[in-house]
Amino acid sequence: MMETGTMRESMRNAVTDNVFMPNETVISEIIEENSTIRTYTLRFTDRAAAFSFLPGQFVMLSVPGHGEAPISISSSPTSTDAIQLSVRRAGRLTSALHSMKAGEYVAVRGPYGVPFPVDELKGRDLLFVAGGIGLAPLRSLINYCRAKNGEYGKITLCYGSRSPSDIAFKNDLDAWQADGSVDVRLTVDVPERGWQGRTGLVTTLLDDLTINNSNSSALLCGPPVMIDAVISKLKESGMDSEQIITTLERNMKCGVGLCGHCHMEGVLICKDGPVFNVRTLENIMGATG
Amino acid sequence: MKALKLDRNAIGQWLSNMAGERDIYAPASDGPAKGTWTLLTDYSMPEIKPGVPARPVKNFLFPQPETLLKFSIVPTDPDCCLPSEPEENGRKNVVFGVRPCDARSIGLNALACKADTYYQANMDKNAIIGLTCSQVCSTCFCSETGGSPMGTEGCDVSLTEIDGRYIARAMTERGEELLALAESFGKEVTDSDFSAVEALEERARSGSDEIRNPEEQLRKKDLMELYNAPFWQELADRCINCGACTFLCPTCYCFDIQDETLHGKGRRIRCQDSCMFPLFTLHASGHNPRGQKIQRVRNRFMHKMKYFPDRFGPISCVGCGRCVRDCPVNIDIREVMRSLLNFHDMGSVTP
Repeated sequence: MMETGTMRESMRNAVTDNVFMPNETVISEIIEENSTIRTYTLRFTDRAAAFSFLPGQFVMLSVPGHGEAPISISSSPTSTDAIQLSVRRAGRLTSALHSMKAGEYVAVRGPYGVPFPVDELKGRDLLFVAGGIGLAPLRSLINYCRAKNGEYGKITLCYGSRSPSDIAFKNDLDAWQADGSVDVRLTVDVPERGWQGRTGLVTTLLDDLTINNSNSSALLCGPPVMIDAVISKLKESGMDSEQIITTLERNMKCGVGLCGHCHMEGVLICKDGPVFNVRTLENIMGATG
Repeated sequence: MKALKLDRNAIGQWLSNMAGERDIYAPASDGPAKGTWTLLTDYSMPEIKPGVPARPVKNFLFPQPETLLKFSIVPTDPDCCLPSEPEENGRKNVVFGVRPCDARSIGLNALACKADTYYQANMDKNAIIGLTCSQVCSTCFCSETGGSPMGTEGCDVSLTEIDGRYIARAMTERGEELLALAESFGKEVTDSDFSAVEALEERARSGSDEIRNPEEQLRKKDLMELYNAPFWQELADRCINCGACTFLCPTCYCFDIQDETLHGKGRRIRCQDSCMFPLFTLHASGHNPRGQKIQRVRNRFMHKMKYFPDRFGPISCVGCGRCVRDCPVNIDIREVMRSLLNFHDMGSVTP
């Protein structure tokens, strides 16, 4: 077991103007969401380094020796003093993180990026459409809206997974259904024995819905093919592209608009995004692709 | 601002005086390091050939590699896994004989690197002594990008050769301090020296360049029209995505960050990266938004000529001509610039 946070605090002044300097956090809890996704609860060892954020923002997460990667914050700022990151094991850093246990240290810097337009969404019905790990940033916003009792309209979630055993965030889905705060609709690409629910792409769930286009906004996150299909479906049904909001994933190295990796057609995904409405994206073609 | 006239011996004396406080780098004119920036150990006026050295001055602003943070991954170390800033030796540099195009690139990159702690520190660390160009090479086109062979932008001191002597003009406060080290032996600059410099400046201004203020013309053009222009495919067919242009370009500033560890000690470093490489945008999920060569070729030129000026004002090219000189398939950025500038006319021709 390593030293306590207070001992380590004194070793370095956490508040620095170096944009590349992360702050240390301790993993206080790990939730196994499915075989490849885990949700990590992180607490800052130096409380002065804790930050406020809004749903849709991300941090640069690092495990020293294994590099850094952008990870969206999956907890709501309304919840606790800790932050949660839901991470799918995909590359070098995320594999290193998945081998870590509660009590170990990781470093984060942030929060970065433009959040979801939480004020503009007030009073509107919200349709969330997610695929796989794409629910992570939307989970932050869903829980934010739930906590702001009555400030937002009806919340519907259409969530697609590869198979029933791949369905992640089951605790959340159950809690949302149990208190009736979210109308949760699930589908899987490939059914397994005993699966009673829907099979097919997440767009098939949209067919069941009656959307009041004048007072609804859609929030999407998932693989690019899913995003494209959902955008065309929603636009076909008459939703204004300004009310379709998505958040993009990109290879990022710095997170603060310097390294150039997420530069897309004049837009820096890390600074001008990652949250965009589809009208903006249509003006910078290629960005969703 | 202070100005002095220095002959070659006086320059040697001045370099020697500056070397007490700073390391002095100049382009090597021959030997194995030819064309690269080498530490001066012999304080005499270096032979500086016409045109730009092979390597751009950005190597001082973005050292290769640059340590951003250091850390330990040994669990028993008290500071295990807690990154900290690397120690600096505090030694400062003079970069001597920087051509106006290269010097100008420092300020252009700074527009995009305002938040970059290390770039700002490196600007502070490196004093720039410029040398204006009395000869313009066939690959030079600084005046078509908003610069000039007589340019002083980005220089702390600017040198101009007139009849075998150098007129040294301090351009910044730091330049004043450096030039003060030549005060005791430097000669006074006469009115006729100043008018000789002005005449050279005037000659540079009245050049017969086809293109003036490309950024203004390009800013007026629609981004998506340029993006969809037909000439990208032809460029992509030729380009082999070697990335040489991006590494030689003084205004290409993209970088990669990696962690390196050896015997439990680690450092987080950054190296230059290139948007010409498919890995540049490859996401861990397997998705690659610029997986095709045409997308990468277009991105580099569009960034320089459209995205950068739209965001910051000037185009992100200083006309040094290194990419023209060293491209293995003879892609010429001047032709690309002309294609972009002329595109509207071509586009308005209806079939």
